[in-house]
Amino acid sequence: MKLAALLALLPCMALAQDIRPSRDYLAPELRAMQDDPSRHPGWLWVDEGEALWARGAPSCASCHGDIARMAGVATRYPAVAPDGALLNLEGRIERCRTDHQHQPAFGYESEALLSLTAAIAARSRGMPVNVTTTGPAAPFLDAGRRFYETRQGQLNLACGQCHNENAGRRLRGDLISNGLGTGYPAYRLEWNTLGSLHRRLRACSLGVRATQFPLGSPEYLALELYLASRANGLPVEAPGLRR
Amino acid sequence: MAEITARITLPTSARRGEVVTVRVLVRHPMERAVDAPGLTPLPRRILHSFRVTYAGAEVFRAALSPGITANPYVEFTTVAVETGAMVFEWEEDGGTIYRREAQLTVA
Repeated sequence: MKLAALLALLPCMALAQDIRPSRDYLAPELRAMQDDPSRHPGWLWVDEGEALWARGAPSCASCHGDIARMAGVATRYPAVAPDGALLNLEGRIERCRTDHQHQPAFGYESEALLSLTAAIAARSRGMPVNVTTTGPAAPFLDAGRRFYETRQGQLNLACGQCHNENAGRRLRGDLISNGLGTGYPAYRLEWNTLGSLHRRLRACSLGVRATQFPLGSPEYLALELYLASRANGLPVEAPGLRR
Repeated sequence: MAEITARITLPTSARRGEVVTVRVLVRHPMERAVDAPGLTPLPRRILHSFRVTYAGAEVFRAALSPGITANPYVEFTTVAVETGAMVFEWEEDGGTIYRREAQLTVA
């Protein structure tokens, strides 16, 4: 009788399965390395980003002051700009660059943009993700959720089939995480460099043999928002360290 | 002297005779050469040697090979003998030398 009650409860437990921060899925050695700025190569980009922060006329610092004032900013992105566009942190920086600095955009995945993004995101390290999912963000969130829940590619897999249903189990020698973007831009050992979340998402798409969308595409931006909404309340880990 | 991004971590102060741990991360692609059909050939460009001098003596030296990852990390220990600069030098293929310094205060 008791067993039957327990069995009946099991599916609910699976549904209510909590989403754990990405660091919980890292191997202990990698987690220690991620926590130690003296051994984590991602901080090289943070250093370069902080140097860029003060460079140029006007520089980022001319308007925003010390980069320490960027604390908490990364927790709120992606966010909807007043003109209705969904911007992630990279998009926000590029917009500042073209609209306020009157300079050509750095370009997605350029070293300069990665460095600045890492330096700004690092100021929110450990703070809980807090993206807005209502109001103008709602349609983007829906699009992101649809993307996440839709089976795609030759392998016919939806994101959640790995990152919800099989999180914590092994895939090709690695643990499947809940698929949060909190650690990005992250230093990925496979890349030997720092890379953006969209670069990682392209690798995911390739993994299920689905269409790879361009970096900064509306599909990935909406997905980024949905991933951030799943991570609401969990700590920012950027710059992360990943396999 | 060419510029290089590096993170050098060592205690700001140490007692005389104390063993200090020095951690060095350096930003470098460590290009081990591309030479294959269909790919744009690239010559080898790595940091092939790394040496550290402190208190007038060489305290650490390493020969780095093409199998070493980009942005290499090196950790070593040395004995704190006097207050002064620890000088870190990397030599790249082609002869460029990068130099960074870090201060160690010995009480």
